[in-house]
Amino acid sequence: MPDALPPTKTDTLLAIRDLQAWYGESHVLHGVSIDIRPGEVVTLLGRNGAGKTSTLRAIMGLTGRRTGSVMFEGRETIRMSPDAIGRAGIGYCPEERGIFASLNVTENLMLPPKVRDGGLDVPTIHQLFPNLKERANSPGTKLSGGEQQMLAIARILRTGAPLLLLDEPTEGLAPVIVQQIGAMIREIKQRGFTVLLVEQNFRFAQTVADRHYVMEHGRVVDAVANHEMASSLDRLHAYLGV
Amino acid sequence: MLEDFLFQLEMAAPQIVLGLVNGAFYALLSLGLAVIFGMLNVINFAHGAQFMMGAFVAWMLLNWAGIPYWGALILSPLIVGVFGVVLERLMISRLYKMDHLYGLLLTFGLALIIEGVFRNSFGSSGLPYAPPAALTGAPVDLGFMMLPKYRLWVVVAAFFVCIATWLVIEKTRLGAYLRAATENAPLVQAFGVNVPRMVTLTYAAGVALAALAGVLAAPIYSVNPAMGSNFIITVFAVVVIGGMGSILGSVITGFALGLVEGLTRVIYPEASATVIFVIMAIVLLARPAGLFGRA
Repeated sequence: MPDALPPTKTDTLLAIRDLQAWYGESHVLHGVSIDIRPGEVVTLLGRNGAGKTSTLRAIMGLTGRRTGSVMFEGRETIRMSPDAIGRAGIGYCPEERGIFASLNVTENLMLPPKVRDGGLDVPTIHQLFPNLKERANSPGTKLSGGEQQMLAIARILRTGAPLLLLDEPTEGLAPVIVQQIGAMIREIKQRGFTVLLVEQNFRFAQTVADRHYVMEHGRVVDAVANHEMASSLDRLHAYLGV
Repeated sequence: MLEDFLFQLEMAAPQIVLGLVNGAFYALLSLGLAVIFGMLNVINFAHGAQFMMGAFVAWMLLNWAGIPYWGALILSPLIVGVFGVVLERLMISRLYKMDHLYGLLLTFGLALIIEGVFRNSFGSSGLPYAPPAALTGAPVDLGFMMLPKYRLWVVVAAFFVCIATWLVIEKTRLGAYLRAATENAPLVQAFGVNVPRMVTLTYAAGVALAALAGVLAAPIYSVNPAMGSNFIITVFAVVVIGGMGSILGSVITGFALGLVEGLTRVIYPEASATVIFVIMAIVLLARPAGLFGRA
């Protein structure tokens, strides 16, 4: 744990302190604290219901009430609306991808407004994801699961948001597609984007991430640097029950 | 034989054209309802009252401010649209998380109140509103009948407004936001789009369409507090037949049912008032989502 935490304040892109969140009466996050430095890929690991997805949703302001602090680039976002948080520079790729059935592939790709310079332009996106060009006019949900995932990631790469929140991008995909998603995340990192990734599959997480947080019952219970993964396997097995 | 047919056509033509004019109003009104339902999930029962307000505001602009028809065509939808913004912000926005029924009840209540206020202030006998000078005068000769210029204008104007609305929704970036938000509003908001504001403006736009229809209707029907409720039940049938929330469906169904109604008046006049509801029943049995709706 000591090796993985905490980065100094000045070089933190996203600093979350004691984040608590509720859906109606249900208290889902009980004080999450996370730091992410620019250019890192960080995963949230944990079992179903541990609060990983809720953490991403709470960062975006999509849960009900939330308290604590979410500093993005030194700016407090806890009282901002979801659209203001999106415009501040956080790109969100939800679980189950959130591809719109009534929009074609190009409309899905172009939907999120640009929030900043530095996003990938459409030719670059088509170069990285040739299928999106070939199937530009198909309805978004007619793509395969893997293609939909590519589209969901590609559309937030276009916006120029420097921080991307990816919620289980490998869920339900064939192993060969999972490998492609892994390659894509490494490519995104190389291009200077920062990624907070929710994953259940820590073997996959190991291939892409710099650090890992482990969540249980709406709290962060452990943090592991990727190079410590091998020596921490027993601990992780215990948390994740795998 | 041919002469016989032409004679029949000549007899039927006025009813068909009247049907087309009614169809134009059905299309405009159901379009606004479809836009509002698609985006807000609210069945806007106040739509008829807002249509009536459009006509009354045109009358007030003319009689109190001296602003003629063409000015009213722009100003009245704007004024009634602003009224829609106030309604949405103050009341309707509180009901989005609740069952459709609450929105329906609220807007039904609002319709009764609005109608009551206008009846109280203006009586129920109706006020005259003359068509603009440019659209009066000799009717247009269509060969088989003479069509008053103003009615021709209503059909053409309604048609273009419907096409323009459809283009905005299907072909523009704003339209893509609207369609996407209909499916998953929180995600669209997380992308940085101010969805609550967009919802308010969508409601206002739907209301403005009703008001525009009201201005177009003012010179044809007398401007009276009940003019909306006369239309609105039929318009709801049109929306159900077209498919709740389907833009194209409401436009095509609106014009088509106007025509069907007109033709029925020729073939079997007694059925003309019920034919749309019979069609609605058949469509609901065969395709519950409506002709153009997604099941």
